Amino acid sequence: MMRFMLLFSRQGKLRLQKWFTSMSEREKKKIIRDMTTMVLARQPRSCNFMQWKDLKIVYKRYASLYFCLGVESQENELLALEIIHRYVELLDKYFGNVCELDIIFNFEKAYFILDEFLMGGEIQETSKQIVNRSIEASDMLQEVRFTDMHAQMHLVKHCDLHLWCEHVTSVAWLSV
Amino acid sequence: MPAVSKGDGMRGLAVFISDIRNCKSKEAEIKRINKELANIRSKFKGDKALDGYSKKKYVCKLLFIFLLGHDIDFGHMEAVNLLSSNKYTEKQIGYLFISVLVNSNSDLIRLINNGIKNDLASRNPTFMNLALHCIANVGSREMAEAFASEIPRVLVARDTMDSVKQSAALCLLRLNRTSPDLVPMGEWTARVVHLLNDQHLGVVTAATSLITTLAQKNPDDFKTSVSLAVARLSRIVTSASIDLQDYTYYFVAAPWLSVKLLRLLQCYPPPEDAALRSRLTECLETILNKAQEPPKSKKVQHSNAKNAVLFEAIALIIHHDSEPTLLVRACNQLGQFLQHRETNLRYLALESMCTLASSEFSHEAVKTHMETVINALKTERDVSVRQRAVDLLYAMCDRSNAKQIVAEMLSYLETADYSIREEIVLKVAILAEKYAVDYTWYVDTILNLIRIAGDYVSEEVWYRVIQIVINRDDVQGYAAKTVFEALQAPACHENLVKVGGYILGEFGNLIAGDSRSSPLVQFNLLHSKFHLCSVPTRALLLSAYIKFINLFPEVKATIQDVLRSDSQLRNADVELQQRAVEYLRLSCIASTDILATVLEEMPPFPERESSILAKLKKKKGPGKLPDMDDSRRSVNGSTEHSENTDTTNKSSTHSFTDVLNLNSAPSSGANLLIDVFSESSAPPAATDVSEENFPRFVCKNNGVIYENQLLQIGLKSEYRQNLGRMYVFYGNKTSTQFLSFSSSVSSSDALKSQLNVHSKAVDPVIEGGAQMQQILNIECVSDFSDAPVLNIQFRYGGALQNIAVKLPVMLNKFFQPTEMMSQDFFQRWKQLGAPQQEVQKIFKAKHPMDTEVAKAKVKRHKSLWL
Repeated sequence: MMRFMLLFSRQGKLRLQKWFTSMSEREKKKIIRDMTTMVLARQPRSCNFMQWKDLKIVYKRYASLYFCLGVESQENELLALEIIHRYVELLDKYFGNVCELDIIFNFEKAYFILDEFLMGGEIQETSKQIVNRSIEASDMLQEVRFTDMHAQMHLVKHCDLHLWCEHVTSVAWLSV
Repeated sequence: MPAVSKGDGMRGLAVFISDIRNCKSKEAEIKRINKELANIRSKFKGDKALDGYSKKKYVCKLLFIFLLGHDIDFGHMEAVNLLSSNKYTEKQIGYLFISVLVNSNSDLIRLINNGIKNDLASRNPTFMNLALHCIANVGSREMAEAFASEIPRVLVARDTMDSVKQSAALCLLRLNRTSPDLVPMGEWTARVVHLLNDQHLGVVTAATSLITTLAQKNPDDFKTSVSLAVARLSRIVTSASIDLQDYTYYFVAAPWLSVKLLRLLQCYPPPEDAALRSRLTECLETILNKAQEPPKSKKVQHSNAKNAVLFEAIALIIHHDSEPTLLVRACNQLGQFLQHRETNLRYLALESMCTLASSEFSHEAVKTHMETVINALKTERDVSVRQRAVDLLYAMCDRSNAKQIVAEMLSYLETADYSIREEIVLKVAILAEKYAVDYTWYVDTILNLIRIAGDYVSEEVWYRVIQIVINRDDVQGYAAKTVFEALQAPACHENLVKVGGYILGEFGNLIAGDSRSSPLVQFNLLHSKFHLCSVPTRALLLSAYIKFINLFPEVKATIQDVLRSDSQLRNADVELQQRAVEYLRLSCIASTDILATVLEEMPPFPERESSILAKLKKKKGPGKLPDMDDSRRSVNGSTEHSENTDTTNKSSTHSFTDVLNLNSAPSSGANLLIDVFSESSAPPAATDVSEENFPRFVCKNNGVIYENQLLQIGLKSEYRQNLGRMYVFYGNKTSTQFLSFSSSVSSSDALKSQLNVHSKAVDPVIEGGAQMQQILNIECVSDFSDAPVLNIQFRYGGALQNIAVKLPVMLNKFFQPTEMMSQDFFQRWKQLGAPQQEVQKIFKAKHPMDTEVAKAKVKRHKSLWL
């Protein structure tokens, strides 16, 4: 299982932190400090894996951002690397050529996308299409005024749950 | 297409973030943040009710401030309001805030749980997913208590949407990890296993994660998953025709699911059913074959995903450890990776081969790659790869290649990274000892270690070489000669001086026949290092000198002069001074016979597990070291367990007297030494130890432990894990002062190594009617049965009072509860079958049983429960 995911800049500024187990703020700060110093000190073209205490650290740099994942020792390092890549792809799809600024100014979106993709330290959905679709669906939800939604819900109240959902996703598709 | 500004962007938030980014200094940033916090606080406290949008915006700002690393202690209530909102965006932000800033306030948790409950019941999949995510993110016990029984229902319900099933499976997995006792097993478990057959690969992936975790704890309950997993894996891996659509990642079919299925299979032994087994073998062979096929894409993602599956398949092959052909194929595949141009693959190949080296089927195959690995050690640019190479060399080492591997490690040590030097030193020391056929090689190796990396040679390493030299008389002469030569170097490491001092002190006579190493030359050589050394080493050298007096009467006068000099007799360090005084006196008054007895050669050390190995294990954590066969344990193959690994932890100025575990060796000298000098201070007359109140403290931690007409001693204690703290309160019951008050804790010899008790010093005066407190820090090192004794001395009206009280520090104070499923418990319970493990005692009750009282008591308890 994954224990944490950190995004930080080349200057060591933390851009996103996701913890999959409960930890005290002090422990978190210590890990953040250790990770940024360790990862930033690595030579270019080194391998993407490190041993840190009982964890495997998998990191990769995309442009100015470092993505750093702490996973338990029995996890597969290469796939952890691809989890990072998939997340970057998802961000890229959502923001369109994602850059560090997108993540700074839309940090809550970056969290929502991560939440669609990972959960409880495990991968939830590996299909890019499905994740994208559900992120867009929720973006659509926020544009549909609640009153309309409410009316729709009333209409479909006695229908099958499936139908209602398909209705919502089809609204999302329209925007694509 | 989505754009950055989509959704209802919060302008105020964006402005605030760019304000922060424009701050020139940390101070300016803090100022801006404080201003914003004040603003938000006033908005939240204001009379005007905030609309949802503003609330959302402010909560988002708080979140941003928190993520910058500042403390946030308000806003939770607003966040809870948001998550109970019917608007999706507000709900989403509310949940995010609560997930990131978990709060343990119970009122709040009740409200949050209420919100979650409503969303779970809403039958709206988006809301349900948000709620499940929040539970998984927080994962607290309260949440587990509230929802652990509900989530399995959601998971296996027929009409649950796929995405909700995925969230429910992973949410349950999280709760099972944090509070396994609260997640009930039941009929849902069988239905979860069948999710492996689900149409939706996302559901299968999530379910596999859940089943793997559950199967690790209760393999029997999930046995049926093996055949389903093999079937699923085989469909993904072997049939090229299946279109997995979006679950194909860079031309690799469902890599995440494949890896998860392979991991699930690693919870079980190879399948017994022949058909199933051959189907699995076919899968593994296909994966190995695919590694040889040309890549379908040049992208690194393709090769990563493909090799991820390959490495996991190899992990399963190693786990089964039953198919020699597969093991050897795996080893050859890894061998190819050892020379791959991708650093990542070389790293992983080295790591994976480490486990392969411990299998009897593939140990030899691994050894064929030794040259490549040695080369990696020399040429890899990345320290983490070199570290793996060291690990692998260590794992593949056996009698046939030990000399070469140790030599390579030693030469690498000269240039090795500082961060891994200590570990390499430990590994070299262990290998040298384990595979030493002739011990001269061993002695040479350790002395080389000290020469090359003296600073990284921990105490364990040089204690060990001394233990071995003392226990093996065939190597003693050689050791004396070698250390003598090594000490000739103008600058030698202090650790070498220690080893040299000890060995020459014991066995210098073996080389004294040669005029080039006559007693005087030996002594002068050692003494030339004396002034450059630290206090513990000097102390050791003084002991070596007194041993010299016994070995070589001809240098007695020279040594006595040295001991008599002011720099020794009046040394500022009390330990050195004492040694000088005592040794000088001993050499003057004792007859040759007494000297010979006192300073006799050290008796052999009892065989025990190498403390170096224990240290390496501690460093690497359990499970990181390949298993050692018995001959690797110690020189003579004895497997007695180490009871002394903690001796170095005992901090005292005398630590160097027991560093070599002299306390556990039958040392004949120590007692005599005491006899010679015992005239001055007789030990205080023994007092009776009071243990009258001792039993009362078995189950309680506070109370009065001792009382007489003068003094009352109260205790308050608390224990956590292996540590305890005891507050001792001394109450003066009289109206006169207690003078020269002192209290100390003493333990029996056996107890000393099992329990560390450290007492803080106390004031020597207790006023009449006053109370004084003393703190004792207690550390439990291993199990013990004795109790420490508190010795108190003070003067009351001119008369010296001695009181000794047995302190109620008992093993049960350090007990900790452990959680286990009823099955595990009964399994363990049933293992306790031996007759001496069972005791039953029937005795007559002292008091008759009063039905009414009993009823009342039961009733009271019952009402508490309700």
